[in-house]
Amino acid sequence: MKVVLQNLTKAFPNRNKKIKEDFIAVNDFTFTVPDGKLIGLLGPSGCGKSTTLYMISGLQKPTAGKIYFGDDDVTELSTENRGIGLVFQNYALYPHMTVKQNILFPLQNLKGADKLSKQEMLERATEVAKLVQIEELMDRKPSEMSGGQQQRVAIARALVKMPRVLLLDEPLSNLDARLRLQTREEIRRIQRETGITTIFVTHDQEEAMSISDMIVVMKQGVIQQTGKPQNVYDDPTNLFVAKFLGTPPINVFEGKVSGGKLYLGDDCVLDVGGVDDKDVWVGIRPEGFIVSNNGPLVCNLSSVEVMGRDSSIVSTHSASANPVIRSIVDSDLSVSSSDKTVRYALKPHKVFIFNKETEERIYFTNPALTNKTKTGE
Amino acid sequence: MNNVPSNVQKKGLKAMNEKDVKKETEKSKITKFLVQTVIYLFLFIIAIIVIFPFYYMIISSLKDLAEYKRSVPTLWPETIHFSNYSKAFETANLGVLFKNTLYVGVVSTVLSLVITVISAFAFARLEFKGKNVLFAGLLATMMIPGELFTITNYITVTKLDWLETYKVLIIPFLVSVFYIYLLKQNFMQIPNELYLAAKVDGTSDLKYLWKVMIPLALPTLISITILKMMGAWNSYVWPRLVANDEAHRMITNGLRNAFTATDGQTDYPVQMAAVAIVSAPLFLVFIFLRKYIMKGVSRSGIKG
Amino acid sequence: MVASKHQWKAWLYLSPAIVLLLIFTVWPIINTVRIAFLEGYNGMMVVGGTKFELGLGNFKTVMETGDLGKYLKNTILLCVLTVPLSTIIALLIAVCLNSIKPFQRILQTIYFLPYVTNSIAIGMVFAAMFNTIGGVNFKDSWGIINNVIQFFGGEPIIWINQGSTYAANLAVMVIYIVWNALPFKILILLGGLQSINKQYYEAARVDSAPRRRVFWKITVPLLSPMLAYVIITGFIGGFKEYTSIVGIFGEKMGPADDPGRLNTMVGYIYESLENGMQGQASAAALILFGIILVVTLINLQVSKKKVHY
Repeated sequence: MKVVLQNLTKAFPNRNKKIKEDFIAVNDFTFTVPDGKLIGLLGPSGCGKSTTLYMISGLQKPTAGKIYFGDDDVTELSTENRGIGLVFQNYALYPHMTVKQNILFPLQNLKGADKLSKQEMLERATEVAKLVQIEELMDRKPSEMSGGQQQRVAIARALVKMPRVLLLDEPLSNLDARLRLQTREEIRRIQRETGITTIFVTHDQEEAMSISDMIVVMKQGVIQQTGKPQNVYDDPTNLFVAKFLGTPPINVFEGKVSGGKLYLGDDCVLDVGGVDDKDVWVGIRPEGFIVSNNGPLVCNLSSVEVMGRDSSIVSTHSASANPVIRSIVDSDLSVSSSDKTVRYALKPHKVFIFNKETEERIYFTNPALTNKTKTGE
Repeated sequence: MNNVPSNVQKKGLKAMNEKDVKKETEKSKITKFLVQTVIYLFLFIIAIIVIFPFYYMIISSLKDLAEYKRSVPTLWPETIHFSNYSKAFETANLGVLFKNTLYVGVVSTVLSLVITVISAFAFARLEFKGKNVLFAGLLATMMIPGELFTITNYITVTKLDWLETYKVLIIPFLVSVFYIYLLKQNFMQIPNELYLAAKVDGTSDLKYLWKVMIPLALPTLISITILKMMGAWNSYVWPRLVANDEAHRMITNGLRNAFTATDGQTDYPVQMAAVAIVSAPLFLVFIFLRKYIMKGVSRSGIKG
Repeated sequence: MVASKHQWKAWLYLSPAIVLLLIFTVWPIINTVRIAFLEGYNGMMVVGGTKFELGLGNFKTVMETGDLGKYLKNTILLCVLTVPLSTIIALLIAVCLNSIKPFQRILQTIYFLPYVTNSIAIGMVFAAMFNTIGGVNFKDSWGIINNVIQFFGGEPIIWINQGSTYAANLAVMVIYIVWNALPFKILILLGGLQSINKQYYEAARVDSAPRRRVFWKITVPLLSPMLAYVIITGFIGGFKEYTSIVGIFGEKMGPADDPGRLNTMVGYIYESLENGMQGQASAAALILFGIILVVTLINLQVSKKKVHY
């Protein structure tokens, strides 16, 4: 079942009562979630991603716009009738019920054609428990389980009625780092196995990138970019998206375009065809640097951290907008930490330039780019 | 997709068709509206039932006896008789009753606060042998119903020759284990480092208590004050037993005494006026200190 | 040094409380038990220098008091009728109140009003509302409650005056006691409701739980500690019912033609005390304490099974 969000807008009355203007949490959100896909809603906290999810669930009513499940307009439909599953950030497992009772609860509410016999309910509950691997815990109460186990129960409870859409609100944020890695793979597996259209909210870009079919990047209630994780990473439409995706984060410089050349400080680092002369933001991915003895970008070397196959080189440059520049290069390339400077050449497809005011991406041509097949669309 | 449990796949929620979606949307809207209406209706009816006795008290207190006795009652007095209030003051001797009650209330509240504060301070901040045992012992006395104390206390105050004095109304109930407990809990939330810092600065216990702990525990102290005053205002059984003389009679007692007959020639409007006068101070306190009263009550669950 | 200094300081601070508690709380507990087991203990005879023998005589006297059954019946009936009724109504009000936004605060304040009243004073107002004025055969006025009943086409009832039935008396008491008990229960239950995490309700909506099921499966279990508290304190208070009856019926504890009809255990204790029968009063107080203790223990036992987490 595809989910269509059309011009979705949510305004809250401003908390500060002196300000009459509403606070716009989500602004004109239009996006279609394809059937059976796993979508990551991504953005910094307060960007409106959870509000969007709550509007899809029906727990919050949109101020304007429409929501369709398949072809049905469900904008006005109450949560109870939407047939969704929702995993809350802190799971919201009923504390007085056992795991089994928690999982059975949604089934016992089914009416009409969906109604199940007691036997069927038990079978379904057992099956889902197996799917999330908690069948030994069925008689425990939530307070007797670890965070990871509670999280699985929450997923089981959301899945058991075979919802038309599964929504997850920061499902991994309350887990420790190791469990987070493991659980996100689980979510991916369960989603694949059931084929339920799934939307999950996270502020962790790595999490979203690793398991989503598509990501939607949001900032201050507005969609910044949508697409396959790799495409968004390789081809960000603005500085915000470029900065938000990727670990280590992208290196940002204040640059200048003059006569089709890009200057960082005094270093002329790249041919950028088709761009007018002006000041720009320049983003260079950590993997976009090539250590080269006659490279045009000259940086002061701070330290070299060898991490197996790769090395991370920390350096500084007068044009850098961040305190340090971090690059990831092959460990084989000999850079001695005793060197004073390091010189880089740049990979053109890892370099993005952005308008200094609007921070929108400015596309440029480069001989190296046209030869290569561009990874973006 | 081989792994999908067969049953799960078969029995997914059925999608609703467009007509159903519209119908459900409409239905849930109507249900929601109906439920809201019923809820408000219920709440307003209850509110009327709750308020009605007060309303009845006020209108009755302003009628004359003839109008009050009419077989078809009037919802608002035809002529307003404030004179009932002055009559009530005389009939029930309310002036003296007010004075007595206020005196007992203020003195017992002040003394009780002092005792509660220093006791709670000792339990919360000082270390001494047997502290926990003593505290547990105090808490245990809270389970005994008050009637058990009354009997012996009556004997005790008789022996002390305290009957028909103010002492007997004030002293026996000065210490409330519950208030000590409440304030001790409150004091414990104030970090001990503050106390140690004060000690380092050479501050005395009492000064620290006065300058730091009391201001921080003020809401609890206000709650205790109000509940204690309300207690004095509402106390009935003990005053009636030990000080039911003209000079020391308290308000509740006096009110009940002044109008005893349920049949016969009672002047009902005057009676209602007296009740209104007695109730008024409580209402005024409630209006201005609602927050403290409700907080205090929800923590204590003790009336008065 | 510091420690020992603190020791005497602590005892100094505690001394007023300890002295008063020893005289007016600890000694009464011991003495009341002692008196209860002294045959025919009586204030007058103490002055006369009589020595009393140990024995169960006081308890026997209490048991053989002709009206003890009546007092117990009144006490238990009032308890059994008012506690469930007030708890259910308070729960309904609290749940409704918790589900609305406009008027919530003002309604909450109104519902709390009966708490800040003097139960004797407002008892007199209730008495006036149920009171009929006039002789047995002819009434000047049937009273406002009967006026309302007549307005809806019912027959007037003599509620508390001469010629009233026990059932009518009891009904008035139940109405008054419930009215008086609501504020505290609403306050506690509403507080409990507001402390329930809203997400459980959101989860229940996602799970398509109908209202009734949410109430029984989520609200009531999560509220069960508060419900237990309210019921237990309600029973304890119910067994000590006294002043509200004085408020309605006066110190005669019954209608004019049958004084003492609504007397309770506590009423009996005070009556005995006033008559100088301290031995009997103590014995009755111990019996009452025993009953309250047993009922409370049963309550606790039941709630242990029913109260979740």
